[in-house]
Amino acid sequence: MVDLSINIAGLRLKNPVLLASGTVGYGNEIAEFTDLNKLGGIVTKSLSLKPRKGNPPPRITETPSGMLNAIGLANVGVESFLNDKIPFLKKLNTTLICNIAASSIEEYVECTRILTLEESIHAFEINVSCPNVNEGGLEFGNDLNAVGRITDRVKNATNKTIFIKLSPNVSRISDFAKVVKENGGDGVSAINTLVGTAFDIYSRKPKIKNITGGLSGPAIKPIALAKVLEIKRNVDIPIIGIGGIMDWKDAAEMMIVGASAFQIGTVNFINPNAGVEIVEGLKTYCEQNSIQNISELTGSYQI
Amino acid sequence: MYVEKSKVESVQKISDNIFLIKVLSPSIASLAKPGQFCNIKVSENSFPLLRRPFSICDVEDDYLFFLFDIHGEGTKLISEKKPGESLELLGPLGNGFDYKDGYDTAVIVAGGLGVAPFPFLLKNLPTNKKVISLLGGRSNKNIVMQGLKNVLIATDDGSEGFHGTVVDLLKREIKNISQNKFRIFACGPNPMLKALQNYCVENNYDCQISVECAMACGFGICQGCPIDPTNGGTYLLVCKDGPVFEAKSVKL
Repeated sequence: MVDLSINIAGLRLKNPVLLASGTVGYGNEIAEFTDLNKLGGIVTKSLSLKPRKGNPPPRITETPSGMLNAIGLANVGVESFLNDKIPFLKKLNTTLICNIAASSIEEYVECTRILTLEESIHAFEINVSCPNVNEGGLEFGNDLNAVGRITDRVKNATNKTIFIKLSPNVSRISDFAKVVKENGGDGVSAINTLVGTAFDIYSRKPKIKNITGGLSGPAIKPIALAKVLEIKRNVDIPIIGIGGIMDWKDAAEMMIVGASAFQIGTVNFINPNAGVEIVEGLKTYCEQNSIQNISELTGSYQI
Repeated sequence: MYVEKSKVESVQKISDNIFLIKVLSPSIASLAKPGQFCNIKVSENSFPLLRRPFSICDVEDDYLFFLFDIHGEGTKLISEKKPGESLELLGPLGNGFDYKDGYDTAVIVAGGLGVAPFPFLLKNLPTNKKVISLLGGRSNKNIVMQGLKNVLIATDDGSEGFHGTVVDLLKREIKNISQNKFRIFACGPNPMLKALQNYCVENNYDCQISVECAMACGFGICQGCPIDPTNGGTYLLVCKDGPVFEAKSVKL
């Protein structure tokens, strides 16, 4: 019998499959197509203190083996999340991680403080790496001091597990992971999307209104793997791997390079049952390869 | 809503660039309502990566029909499907037309392939409704009359019917049409819908529009297809809150 459960930064997940923030809203829509109770956890759409309308359309465009998005952190805000979204989420038998995106350090702290009071939330993922907003986002994600300060302040506002979601749009991502660790962060999520753009050659206009967007999908998997490996080899901190995972093989690869758990994002748009299929695929893979506990895979690369 | 592996029954070439595909999809067919759509995975690999949204054109027993033209790699791949091959459908998605009551004459206003959702709507209209169909296109090559009745045609180049836009044709016909209580059901390119919307809002005509938008998921999780409501609230989503809207309720 394979044990798919994992411990990451003191958090126990029934399996390493998490649904990535911004790709499953607050869980209710995708629940029409899949059994969320079978997954390790859900990371909810980035929350800010007040609701955000998000960017004007067009917000997305397809690119070779990927897509660009500039949603702009559209979200219902903390208050509506607690009143309208939590009732559905708390009924699920899975781990709930809340992603927080803010435009000031004070706002990160305030969101964390308020949401900490909600028992059904198990952990936070702090988004310091959204490429599609003017304030906050990459402005913080590119700045080692800012990431350190945010980690420290947020950690002091809660007794729950804190993951910091890192940007790949930096020269050395492991330096950021190190700062997270030094400031008391429990783990890192890597990677957020890569800044990209696409233009229409006839109108010569950008295909998304925000001009640049975040690139996701299979196109970024090799980059995500390299970034996770870089962190694993340089910093002793638990990693949630993210970037281009489409199936159980991609997931196994992500764990081998160093991820304790992983998130799937873009694939949810195409196959809303992908998470459950990955759980099953990994189980078979472990059985066939005499892996008793899936956590044996983490960082098991042979270099 | 289902994700259903569906078998291609036939791909019929309607004109140079326009195709009608018939697929066996019993679960989705049993739920589909006029004006809804399916998000279709056209390949089994990641090229193209995302699904493509298509209006449900018609339903016959366990079969669904989709009308499309080739305008990119995705639609090209669908046009090359052979009978017996499979397509993965996700649907039925979105809200359809409100067509059951409140009017006597259904006025179909379609631009080009905007005709797509109407065969299924007409099939489901209560039998006491009159129908008039106004179809517009750049030229007569772009006119598809698929399943419509009582058709009047407008072409931009005058190659068939009224020389002008379909909205101008509606303006010409409105005297006759407005003798009965009517509701306009419209679908087409954005500039056409915008012109129609202006006209209907000015005159307070009852009008529902089916809006097209690039989307990834089709059911609300990607937030990729926002549309501004006229009441100034937060964005609606074309996939989940539409694709059919009251013409006066959204900004195009």
